[in-house]
Amino acid sequence: MSDLDQFRQEARTWLEANCPESMRTPVRSFLDMYSGGRNPEIDHPDQKVWCDRMAERGWTVPHWPKEYGGGGLDHDEVKVLREEMARINARSPLDSFGISMLGPALLKFGNEEQKLEHLPKICRGEIRWCQGYSEPNAGSDLASLATRAEDQGDHYLINGQKVWTSYADKADWIFCLVRTDNSGSKHEGISFVLFDMDQSGVTVRPIRLISGSSPFCETFFDNARAEKKDLVGEEGHGWTIAKYLLTHEREMISGFGAAPKKSVGQVAMESIGADASGRLANSVLRQNIAQYQLDTLAFGATMARVGDEAKAGQGLGAASSIFKYYGTELNKRRNELNLAVLGESALGWDGEAYRGGAVSRDWLRSKGNSIEGGTSEIQLNIIAKRVLGLPDE
Amino acid sequence: MALVLNEEQVMLRDSAAGFLAQKATVAHLRELRDSGSERGFDESVWREMAEMGWAGIAIPEAFGGLGYGYTGLGLVLEQVGRNLSASPLESSVLVAATVIAELGSDGQKEQLLPAIAAGEKLVTLALQEGPHHAPAQVAATAVAEGDEWVLSGCKLMVLDAHVADSFIVVARSAGQPGDESGLSVFLVDAGTPGLSVERRSLVDSRNVGVISLESVRVPGSSLLGAAGDAWAGLNRALDIANIGLASELLGLSVEAFERTVGYLRERKQFGRVIGSFQGLQHRAAELFAELELARSIVLQALQAVDNGQEDLSLIASAAKAKLCEVAQRATNEGIQMHGGIGMTDEHEIGFFIKRARVAQHTFGDYNYHLDRFAQLSGF
Repeated sequence: MSDLDQFRQEARTWLEANCPESMRTPVRSFLDMYSGGRNPEIDHPDQKVWCDRMAERGWTVPHWPKEYGGGGLDHDEVKVLREEMARINARSPLDSFGISMLGPALLKFGNEEQKLEHLPKICRGEIRWCQGYSEPNAGSDLASLATRAEDQGDHYLINGQKVWTSYADKADWIFCLVRTDNSGSKHEGISFVLFDMDQSGVTVRPIRLISGSSPFCETFFDNARAEKKDLVGEEGHGWTIAKYLLTHEREMISGFGAAPKKSVGQVAMESIGADASGRLANSVLRQNIAQYQLDTLAFGATMARVGDEAKAGQGLGAASSIFKYYGTELNKRRNELNLAVLGESALGWDGEAYRGGAVSRDWLRSKGNSIEGGTSEIQLNIIAKRVLGLPDE
Repeated sequence: MALVLNEEQVMLRDSAAGFLAQKATVAHLRELRDSGSERGFDESVWREMAEMGWAGIAIPEAFGGLGYGYTGLGLVLEQVGRNLSASPLESSVLVAATVIAELGSDGQKEQLLPAIAAGEKLVTLALQEGPHHAPAQVAATAVAEGDEWVLSGCKLMVLDAHVADSFIVVARSAGQPGDESGLSVFLVDAGTPGLSVERRSLVDSRNVGVISLESVRVPGSSLLGAAGDAWAGLNRALDIANIGLASELLGLSVEAFERTVGYLRERKQFGRVIGSFQGLQHRAAELFAELELARSIVLQALQAVDNGQEDLSLIASAAKAKLCEVAQRATNEGIQMHGGIGMTDEHEIGFFIKRARVAQHTFGDYNYHLDRFAQLSGF
């Protein structure tokens, strides 16, 4: 038996013994996802049990090194683990910005002390992180951010305001872009600092969205304190880290463009029915759905191709620049088609009959996909300038 | 199989790019058009292509080919699209050899494929009868008389018709137009009594013609596959043909796009290059995204063929529909963004839009394949 087969056997046996039955059911909404933290949102007590058991083995973040709380697994082992989890429908034990965003940045730019301090707490789900990037006057033009960090010797004093801070009301710590120097160009003088949200200088106000939920907040800093040891990278060089993380965020958001389990066409056949030739009875809608499904197929092939090219050592090609733009536009198209296919029931906002307005709320939320993490227009600017070499005005 | 090219494939692509950019360019196509070329392609260039093995890339080694598979042929066709190279690579190699490989007996393959692979014999498919690709609608008839078959009917869109040595004729030996069963495929040599060939001229300046069959008698041995049972093999061959055409359309679209972006970088108006205008930048960036999707679906489709995937129809229609859509957009934007100069015959961008529409139409356009894609997807 190969090492990989043996690993599969072990993983299978362990998962069978340790994954609670309640965690072997599909994730229906954000409520079913577990993000940890000092005061975790818990919909089912097994969420924490499952996370703790997986964290014990380093399997909440299996691809990170063991010394930082990860599983130390290589690419193939991670794949096997995911397959074995999928086999029993095991949910992901922990989903957080710490794993998807801060962790990769710390692994790349953090010093050893910072990695040892922060990464294990992410793996164990002890600390939940949020991202302090956008400001009221620094959205698409992120580099013009104005939140100040004043040098106080062993620490900084932070003053200013962030907006669209995802889950700031639930997070324990923030990774934050601040201005430490005003003298140079706007990309210079930005620093990347980490600090605890549980202090008097930090105020958080959730923002209610058109979808009715409040995943984002306004975050105010009034003499908030950040320790110098929690400055990541060099002072004034935070823009490099910011750009790196934005790429990560865009990849994550572009994943929303993946094909849904049940195709829109199948849902439409159930909802609307077929004509005498066996085709969907509404030919206009049929064409729109077909074009959407075709693009979804081609987008999936592109994600796979870029992944395979990267694995083959060809680097992240120009194609990756389209992911954020195309994935979010596809997701918006899918949500619009859901409305068209389901009709009245998709417009429901509240009540059992409408499953609490799940369809309409997802549809409204999807509008933000092409705004957050860099708008579609900004993505097109980037492609035009960096990939196609078209000049600035 | 990973969605990347291996070393052998990269070398093949690069050598095809180098050769065609020198010997079979848009300028050469213009020359063939303006000189009223008798053959419609350059024989000596075709011979060189055959010597390099291109006519046998996808043909198995057992039948005189290179056995590189369709991914290899697709890569060459992509370069053909970039250069608008005129040759029988589509008619004889991509289409006819594939039909023979799908339907022919070992004896027929031994007789035909090595000659095609050597570039010595030019064979072409005669299928379409009306203004649109509709393979099940074939009405041409095949009637058995003793050991012979008698074929009658008329075929349009026959690629390289006037220079072909043999035709693969699809005719109905049973059933009604619209039936998938009852179709039979025959090999008919040029010059057979009752067969007449007329050269036609389409917008792309490539070889095409019409053939008519008036009680053409062929021996029983000319039947490819079983009588009345050609549908499955023909369908698969057409799927492969459409994937190959999608490869050509990919090269054509990318080339038209790159030329257009090049123009945006140099053309000045209002004292600045027009490529600095956001209105044009965003259209170019959107098209770039579509071209990346196009490249992925074509590669996935080519690999599906080489992996021996049983049913190619969904991926073939997906690839052809997507490439029809993207080629149309890339060539339309090509003209528009070039402005007035793009409307002139002197400029080469016009050759791309002309070839694109013919390649799009061949074996089914966007509307045909998107409809088929939806049907195969269950709606």
